[in-house]
Amino acid sequence: MTPVQIDFGKSERVVGIDLGTTNSLVAYLDAAGHPAVIPGADGDKLVPSVVTLTRKGDIVVGNKARAALIDEPDRTVYSIKRLMGRGVADVQEELKLFPFRIAEGSESVIRVQLGESTFTPPEVSAFILKQLKKNAETFLGEPVSKAVITVPAYFNDAQRQATKDAGRIAGLEVLRLVNEPTAAALAYGLDKRREGIIAVYDLGGGTFDISILKLHEGIFEVLATNGDTHLGGDDIDNRLIQIALEDIHSEWGKDISHYGDAVQTLRRAVIEAKERLSFAPATNIELNYKGKHYQREIARELFEKLIADIVDRTLGPCRACIKDAGVAVEQIDEVVLVGGSTRIPMVRNAVETLFRAKPHTDLNPDEVVALGAAVQAGILSGSIENQLLLDVTPLSLGIETMGGVVSKLIHRNSTIPASATETFTTAVDGQRNVLIHVLQGEREMVKDNRSLARFDLKDIDPLPAGMARIEVRFLIDANGILNVTARDARTGKEQSVEIKPSYGLTDEQVEAMISESIDRAEEDFAARQAAEARVEADRILAAVDKAKQNDAYLELSEDERREITRALNELLVVYHGDDHLLIRSKIEQLNNATMKLAENMINTAVTGALKGTKI
Amino acid sequence: MGVLPSNYYDFFGIEHRLDLDLRDLERRFYALSRQYHPDRFTLKSAEEQQTALDATAILNDGYRTLRDPLARAEYLLKENGFDIGEQGSKNVPPELLEEVFELNMALEELRAGDESARAGLEEARAKFIAMRDGIDAELKAKFAEYDGSRDRKVLAEVRGILNRRRYVWNLVNEVEKELAGAAA
Repeated sequence: MTPVQIDFGKSERVVGIDLGTTNSLVAYLDAAGHPAVIPGADGDKLVPSVVTLTRKGDIVVGNKARAALIDEPDRTVYSIKRLMGRGVADVQEELKLFPFRIAEGSESVIRVQLGESTFTPPEVSAFILKQLKKNAETFLGEPVSKAVITVPAYFNDAQRQATKDAGRIAGLEVLRLVNEPTAAALAYGLDKRREGIIAVYDLGGGTFDISILKLHEGIFEVLATNGDTHLGGDDIDNRLIQIALEDIHSEWGKDISHYGDAVQTLRRAVIEAKERLSFAPATNIELNYKGKHYQREIARELFEKLIADIVDRTLGPCRACIKDAGVAVEQIDEVVLVGGSTRIPMVRNAVETLFRAKPHTDLNPDEVVALGAAVQAGILSGSIENQLLLDVTPLSLGIETMGGVVSKLIHRNSTIPASATETFTTAVDGQRNVLIHVLQGEREMVKDNRSLARFDLKDIDPLPAGMARIEVRFLIDANGILNVTARDARTGKEQSVEIKPSYGLTDEQVEAMISESIDRAEEDFAARQAAEARVEADRILAAVDKAKQNDAYLELSEDERREITRALNELLVVYHGDDHLLIRSKIEQLNNATMKLAENMINTAVTGALKGTKI
Repeated sequence: MGVLPSNYYDFFGIEHRLDLDLRDLERRFYALSRQYHPDRFTLKSAEEQQTALDATAILNDGYRTLRDPLARAEYLLKENGFDIGEQGSKNVPPELLEEVFELNMALEELRAGDESARAGLEEARAKFIAMRDGIDAELKAKFAEYDGSRDRKVLAEVRGILNRRRYVWNLVNEVEKELAGAAA
């Protein structure tokens, strides 16, 4: 088999991907330079971020996988974004509400159990990305290898790195990670030469972001950003599920909260009810489960009471963001709403009250982030020239100093790329290594911040204590990801740095996953070709079977009949093998052996027809 | 791109002054961003990408420093060989000795649960904020004086004022933290 050769160098097409908690989308810039979302094979623009491993061992993503949430809850995972870049200890709260099956032995990197296999969150996300890549390739009719992927603005370094890893595993070169609210601003600002200050309020399935930007002659300058990476529509759903479960417990006398299929069916029901409540004053939540029926009416008033504190939780970050941006509320010209949860009237009212401006909703809040990602892709590939995005880092970066105190090097809301240089020395004569502990967060003490990584400065020239001068440069790149380099200030020579990430995968692990995924892709490809060959074999086997009933078969010589039987058996022997070429060669052989038979049958048919006319 | 200056003033192509036209600085920042931002180089060679990254980091670090009068003054002091240590801000400026003594007493009382100290602290906070505003006006005058004379003696005075300002500002923060903590 000759592998398919694709010259990636030639393809400059860059797509924009919104890798969402609930749904994912891929968009591109059309010939006219307008961003457009690419639909999947089923015509749907939203690909549910759900992945299932079928019993046959195939990975299925999207709407079909969503159906498996109910039929095969143990083999299916959703909202994987909540686990990106996190450790087992971080997600204990999450586990109470989400049926993630964390594999035994997961430590700094979580592994999720799907049936008999386990996958890391970046691998699961990579399955979603691969599906989007495939959808784009089918739609555009060309290979797609480069992408811009969006992330919540408030994602930390580990979460960003995990997203980038997912892209690599999916075979995508991630040219840029773009913050979701910023992407939304790009989508809004495309056609209009807007000036002024805008706020983007983005309440998605699992994350909340607020960003304030200054627009000036095509430059989108983020002044400040804030948010909560664990706040979103999922939390609202959980409130509704909770009351329904309690109702059912008392009505049916049975606690169904441990039945995965029941909870998933209920989840679907409450989401639909939630969506209806955005337009109707009251609706019903209904569940049919194993012959039992549950129904309750829910009025918008009660719904609002249930979610009031969730909506409230978004306002604190908004106020902090306004303060950090150094603007007064009156200076904010427009507010843009992003994310499905902003369809809820209560959310809109809260935003309107806080910002004293009518929120913008011209673009579909589900699509606006993907559209913006496509715009950024256009900026990167050079097809959009006058626009530029200047984003910021959402969290301060610091290092551990004496007494467990954090010394901040790069403050939050600094425009990225941003850098800081620190000089380190040794404490003991002849010391060869210095360990630097890097953290992210706003708190004073190490224990209250998020450990990012430990950097080991190695092979320092042995000198008396305090004589070494190692200059370490901390650089946050345009993706919001930290890069660390070091040099010996005395000799000017580069100092080796070994990175030990606190969460997430090492480079070697990602490399291993990429090659595994390529192997798997080859395996998948081979399996598909064998399956296609088998379909063809079925066709000829059925035809031969039928032909044997024909008089023409009896007209063959014994040798000819034996030849057919031999070819038939040989095809059956290789039929279940993986080698599609072998199957095809046996099909060919059977084809040749039955050539005479086919001719005879046509002749017989013709004779018969002629006979018919005679009568 | 050639070798780019690592000095912030030089990168922006402006004179090494203490008082800057912020609108002009912003215009230059936008123009240089358009020129050097990594987004313009994603499909170029790895070397060009690295240069763009380094250049933009200097640009952004520089903009952050130069647009803030205090950070700018410290930067200019440093490039003129003045040592900007934390030490300076820990020594009590002599003219504040009495005030700081009273403040510490009030803080002790509030920590010990004496709510009557609260009013005194509120008053102290207002006083220190007014003091900071006075210092800022003083700084502004000194900035102009230095830009006109380029006299190193003026820079030494600026350093003294900066230390005093930092000291006063730390006091305000401490008082606010105590007031908020006691209220909670």
